[in-house]
Amino acid sequence: MASAPLIFLDNVVKTYVMGDVSVHALRSVTLAVEQGEFTAIMGASGSGKSTLMNIVGCLDRPTSGRYLLDGQEVSRLSTEQLAEVRNRTIGFVFQSFNLLSRTDALENVELPLLYAGVGTAERHRRASESLAKVGLADRAHHHPNQMSGGQQQRVAIARALVSRPRVILADEPTGNLDSRTSVEVMALFQDLGRAGITVVLVTHEPDIAQYASRVVVMRDGRVLSDARQAPRVAELPPPGAAEPGEEVAR
Amino acid sequence: MNWLQTLRVAVRALTRNKLRSFLTTLGMVIGVSAVIAMVAIGDGAKARVEAAFAAMGSNMLIVLPGTSTAGGAMGGFGSMPTLTWDDLKAIQVELPTVRAAAAQLRATAQVMSEDQNWTTSVFGTSPEYFQIRTWPASHGEIFSQADVDGGTKVAVLGQTVADKLFGPNSSPVGQIVRVKNIPFAVIGILEKKGQSQWGQDYDDTVIVPVSTFQQKIQGGLKNVIAGSIAVSATGADATARAENQIRGLLRDRHRLAQGADDDFSIRNLSEIANAQQEGTRTLTTLLAAIAAVSLLVGGIGIMNIMLVSVTERTREIGLRMAVGAKPSDIRLQFLVEALTLAVMGGLIGVALGLAGAWRLATSFGWEVLYRPDVVLVAVLFSGLVGVVFGLYPAHKASQLDPIQALRFE
Repeated sequence: MASAPLIFLDNVVKTYVMGDVSVHALRSVTLAVEQGEFTAIMGASGSGKSTLMNIVGCLDRPTSGRYLLDGQEVSRLSTEQLAEVRNRTIGFVFQSFNLLSRTDALENVELPLLYAGVGTAERHRRASESLAKVGLADRAHHHPNQMSGGQQQRVAIARALVSRPRVILADEPTGNLDSRTSVEVMALFQDLGRAGITVVLVTHEPDIAQYASRVVVMRDGRVLSDARQAPRVAELPPPGAAEPGEEVAR
Repeated sequence: MNWLQTLRVAVRALTRNKLRSFLTTLGMVIGVSAVIAMVAIGDGAKARVEAAFAAMGSNMLIVLPGTSTAGGAMGGFGSMPTLTWDDLKAIQVELPTVRAAAAQLRATAQVMSEDQNWTTSVFGTSPEYFQIRTWPASHGEIFSQADVDGGTKVAVLGQTVADKLFGPNSSPVGQIVRVKNIPFAVIGILEKKGQSQWGQDYDDTVIVPVSTFQQKIQGGLKNVIAGSIAVSATGADATARAENQIRGLLRDRHRLAQGADDDFSIRNLSEIANAQQEGTRTLTTLLAAIAAVSLLVGGIGIMNIMLVSVTERTREIGLRMAVGAKPSDIRLQFLVEALTLAVMGGLIGVALGLAGAWRLATSFGWEVLYRPDVVLVAVLFSGLVGVVFGLYPAHKASQLDPIQALRFE
């Protein structure tokens, strides 16, 4: 490992205190993720993978230990500063998409740029570009309830990409999708990896983890195993072919 | 995010729940519209009172002679003539706060033209009287001091009398009217003054020189004034001082011992006007209190709905935070939403209030006075209510933990 890792967790501990009980969500995790790596984090519920994800995503701060994101120590930043880091460096993809209802795809994608203070014209341009990247240029003015699950998740990915982040964090992104659209989403993530964007994926499905180049397994707040692998190539359906899973809910 | 974008997001959020937003603003709408309508009507009424008192005369005081007491029966004001012509002269000459003073003698008499007759009040006075009452002639002219000195038989008619005797839109100047069968030349018609507050028609009058009045219409003792003295003070702020000075002067002249009752009385019309305005002010204060209560209720309504909205949109807030909204962005967003609700309510209230006042005014024949400053204050105040009551929900939203918020179902 020649260059400094993009994500570097050094002895990160997270303990929640609930009344008299202390819950040790993370008991010392050390993890380094290189730029462009596609990492899957697996583990049963309660293994600490969500806590790890929240810390990596700068939504939460570790109780102790250091977290360097792109060389910057972020574990002691203020709430406002963390918001800026999230805005600039991280894109989120959620299991339940979390699109704003009654707001069209384009505006959903624009949302991070709104908080980055990007002007209207530039926002439109970049959001359209981002939508085109996920193959939804023609759906810009559709509302989430007019789109299939796969399309909604692609809008969410476009939203995550629009601020040109270094890291995409995906929390069970295929949990609400059928297997076919899951593969499409995985293909997108593999493309991102090739473009130099680091993808960290939380999943409990081994099928999905196969597409990653590295699998980290968590148990009881510790890293149980960490292995690099040759990723399975996500095969896209031939272009122009009917996509039966997609044309629902118009 | 800049203000305009925040406002757009807020408006969009509010239009998502149009009915709810509308119902929420209703408290503000009712409060503000009530205030606007009542202030418009109240100010109209106040202006009318002021106009009515201005019609009586400018900064006017009336000095009335004393009362006679015969066997325990009080005669009422003016029943004992105690004011002399010398008193009048002294008031005119000696007091710095008095701009003008004139005796006014009154009789009720039948007045006749060639073919009509009319019973009206005939006044005998001097030219200063027209100045005191700010009552110029609309046609012809008023009589002069020379007419008073010479006792000429000239008359100035009020508009009502002119209409009754000569018909509307006639020009009676130069014609003859007979008062108690004595012919008077009409030299002027007075401007229309309208009604007093008590419904008395100011224009139903004939005014003649005081000397002629005494000689031809109603005689009396030579030295005393068988009527009252109208006085005009030098300014609105001088009426109270003028009253005191006149009282002092007359007590001196009448040689009243310390502690003895006045043998005259003074009516300060400005004071009566002030008292009336005091009443209006009380009404205004009461309205302000009602407004405060309804705005408070409206504000609580906004707070309530904003709290509901924050809860409903917990996930949205979590998402916005995840993609980079700072707590301050979230706070501003909800604050602007509350502000928009309140100001919309205020604006609708202003529109409804103005329309309501206009409607009431036209159907009841009231006067309305629209005051832009009141409108501005109402809108600003509703905005303030929005901010004050929006602050807590907005703060609550900004303090949400994005992780919890994203998990919220």
